[in-house]
Amino acid sequence: MIYLQLFLTFLKGGIFAFGGGYAVLSLLGESLVEYGWLTDSELMNLVGAVSLFPGSIAVNAATYVGYEQGGFLGALLATAGVVLPSFTVVVIIASLIKNLLKYPPVKAFISGMRPAIGGMIISVAVTMALTVFCGTYTLSNIEFAFDWRKALILAVVIVIPIIWKRIKKKEFSSIILVAISGVMGIVLFGL
Amino acid sequence: MSIILSLFLSMVKIGCFAFGGGYAIIALFENEFVSKRKLIEHDDFMDIVAIVENTPGSISINVATCIGYRLKGFWGAFVSMIGVCVPSFVIMYFVSLFYNEFMEIAIVAAAFKGIQVCVVYLITSAGIKMLKRMRKSAFDIIAFSVTCIGMILCTVFDVHIPAVWFILSAGLCGLVVSFFNTKKQKGEQK
Repeated sequence: MIYLQLFLTFLKGGIFAFGGGYAVLSLLGESLVEYGWLTDSELMNLVGAVSLFPGSIAVNAATYVGYEQGGFLGALLATAGVVLPSFTVVVIIASLIKNLLKYPPVKAFISGMRPAIGGMIISVAVTMALTVFCGTYTLSNIEFAFDWRKALILAVVIVIPIIWKRIKKKEFSSIILVAISGVMGIVLFGL
Repeated sequence: MSIILSLFLSMVKIGCFAFGGGYAIIALFENEFVSKRKLIEHDDFMDIVAIVENTPGSISINVATCIGYRLKGFWGAFVSMIGVCVPSFVIMYFVSLFYNEFMEIAIVAAAFKGIQVCVVYLITSAGIKMLKRMRKSAFDIIAFSVTCIGMILCTVFDVHIPAVWFILSAGLCGLVVSFFNTKKQKGEQK
């Protein structure tokens, strides 16, 4: 039952990921790849693509994966899955249990999960870096092929936000960063 | 009724212009509801941000739901949540219709070779942001390192342990540690 599977998978992402869209996608990535809905490379393309469009990154990704696997209804159910936990929890806190977040066991549980989620996101980033720079991430068939073009793009996307923050004291827009790396990709790989 | 409708429209508007995800979007909500329409006090908005940081899921959805509830109860929350999702859903739905064909175009494929590198950076910086907000206690450092190193080892050696297990066990450990801490504190008070 693909509809149920879509709903439950995205529900899981909505329940356990604290820290916004990239946390949700880091958590969901393994399931999406495991079910054969996306390859590792497609997953990274999707993360890049959804960053280019407005709105919630998690909703954007849910809409695409849902549509691919189950048409309109699939898109709707995947989106409902990723949104429902947020909505339910926030409404419960706002209406019934205003002090839920101050309740010591809840506080202890959430602050226990938080560093693990940070660790998960970094580990996903490492996996993605291995995929990009080595083509694969399993030790048995890893081979490091240095590609100066990828290294150059990486250097640029690291340096620009740092310089921007120094001068403007503001965060550099991630959408412009994605656009810059896209243009560099066209110039370095496409021409 | 008119408040519900104007709430919905404001959320649709924010949903249309909310680029960059998460924390970038919070500023848009603040601008619309605190600075411009003065429907929410600055301090109340800070409370909302604190709630959102401690609830799971998409940041923009959580902020919209919270603001909606403050202004108009359950239906305000519901309408706001739908409103902020609608633009994402509609735009992404139409993108999905052409997405695969689009990705096969040679020049787009080249662009995405570059974008993949940027994605590594974006995810890393999301992780580093969480790391910076982390308390620098022994528990947090251990939970972070165990999950991070554990999950990397799992991928490298092709062992499958779902990420949720790591996160839930860290939550449970947090619960156990705080239980013993309060017990110890009570013991000391006696």
